[in-house]
Amino acid sequence: MSEPDRDVSQRETLDREFLQRDRGLHPPPLTPDYKTSVLRSPNRALISLQSSLSEVTGPVFGHAELGPLDNDLIRNYARDGEPIGERILVHGLVRDENGRGVPQTLVEFWQANAGGRYRHRNDRYLAPIDPNFGGCGRALTDAQGYYYFRTIKPGPYPWRNFLNSWRPAHIHFSVFGSGFAQRLITQMYFEGDPLIWRDPMVLGIPDRAAAERLIAPLDLGAALPLDMLAYRFDIVLRGRQQTLFENKLQGN
Amino acid sequence: MVQPLPDRLRETASQTAGPYVHIGLIPHQAGFDIFETTFSNVLVTPATRGERIRIEGRVLDGADEPVRDVLVEIWQANAAGRYNHPADRQQAKPLDESFRGWGRTGSDFETGIWQFETIKPGPVDGRKGHRPMAPHINLWIAARGINIGLQTRLYFADEAEANAADPVLNLIEQRSRRETLLARREERDVPTYVLDIRLQGPQETVFFDV
Repeated sequence: MSEPDRDVSQRETLDREFLQRDRGLHPPPLTPDYKTSVLRSPNRALISLQSSLSEVTGPVFGHAELGPLDNDLIRNYARDGEPIGERILVHGLVRDENGRGVPQTLVEFWQANAGGRYRHRNDRYLAPIDPNFGGCGRALTDAQGYYYFRTIKPGPYPWRNFLNSWRPAHIHFSVFGSGFAQRLITQMYFEGDPLIWRDPMVLGIPDRAAAERLIAPLDLGAALPLDMLAYRFDIVLRGRQQTLFENKLQGN
Repeated sequence: MVQPLPDRLRETASQTAGPYVHIGLIPHQAGFDIFETTFSNVLVTPATRGERIRIEGRVLDGADEPVRDVLVEIWQANAAGRYNHPADRQQAKPLDESFRGWGRTGSDFETGIWQFETIKPGPVDGRKGHRPMAPHINLWIAARGINIGLQTRLYFADEAEANAADPVLNLIEQRSRRETLLARREERDVPTYVLDIRLQGPQETVFFDV
């Protein structure tokens, strides 16, 4: 297939409507054990929309907008040394529900430091700020949808929910996809963390398998010997309808 | 028994953005600078075509208090009504290379007010066989306590005729609820459209399952 042909076919795929979101895979708006959700959860039914141009389009980002250290949290805020903690690589694929890699999409991540403290003006936890750790980064996926970054394994931390609530160690992820209806924020957890199944945010997910898919396994095969361990975290965004006789979005 | 359908992958579960969403997405608001290029609530450059407007509002919780740690993103068409995206094939409308059409911001930690500096979008073609969509801006809202991002739209109250024909507004059965999406125009230093988003209560904003 010639280059221009491929371009046209990709365009036609991008134009397809999204599959209905399976809300059973996501926490509902109201999860009373996560107390903040009580006053922040809409009560009324969502209005269901068929995709229009407003949903199948979304922002496009380019490599020129990212700096060379944006996906290296070990070095992107280092001042007079490297941050304290376990050095890790986090990597994986961003695909859609049809199994296709999502190329050149923006993946952003943020996290606490090894002691469980965020570099944020509103975080008052007694664990110290690490002077060499910012705690955020970003990457564009490659042509196959692959991303990776280096960081320090975050620590668990207490939060005001119940008196003795502790978040499992986690990294926040924000992902775009090609259409604004694919926009997603989630959290990645670490294999073996005993806090995971005590966490109201994890337990808010009604489907056990969907919750398990947020737990990144240790990936020794991707570790760098004598340097850092690796965890694998694949992300799936919404897929598109594949009907042959489709209800076309646009004319011509 | 029947033949099994081929496997499909399942969408990754959403989790709340949490109270420290600013670190990752708007680090300056968390209290530090780290990236050379940052994303912001200013969508326009001097080259952008169209009427300069500000859109502004608050997100209010079920106690009618502003959500002071909310993240708001917007996605919109250009002044001609075309999205800067390869899936938009409205060839008769010009692209504006100086306008991506996307921005993000956090509400003010004290007042809860969020703002964007942008241009008024043009009408966008509706689905094939449907009327054009009235000028609108797509909003996506994430915050601590919001388990899955909320999708809604901002329409312009001064576009009464286009709004009356809009195929999406007309899907909302209760007419009074359509008004929760209408931003009112105020003449300030820059014309400003104001829209408060209510998460709960009798005036709860219409949110979409897109």
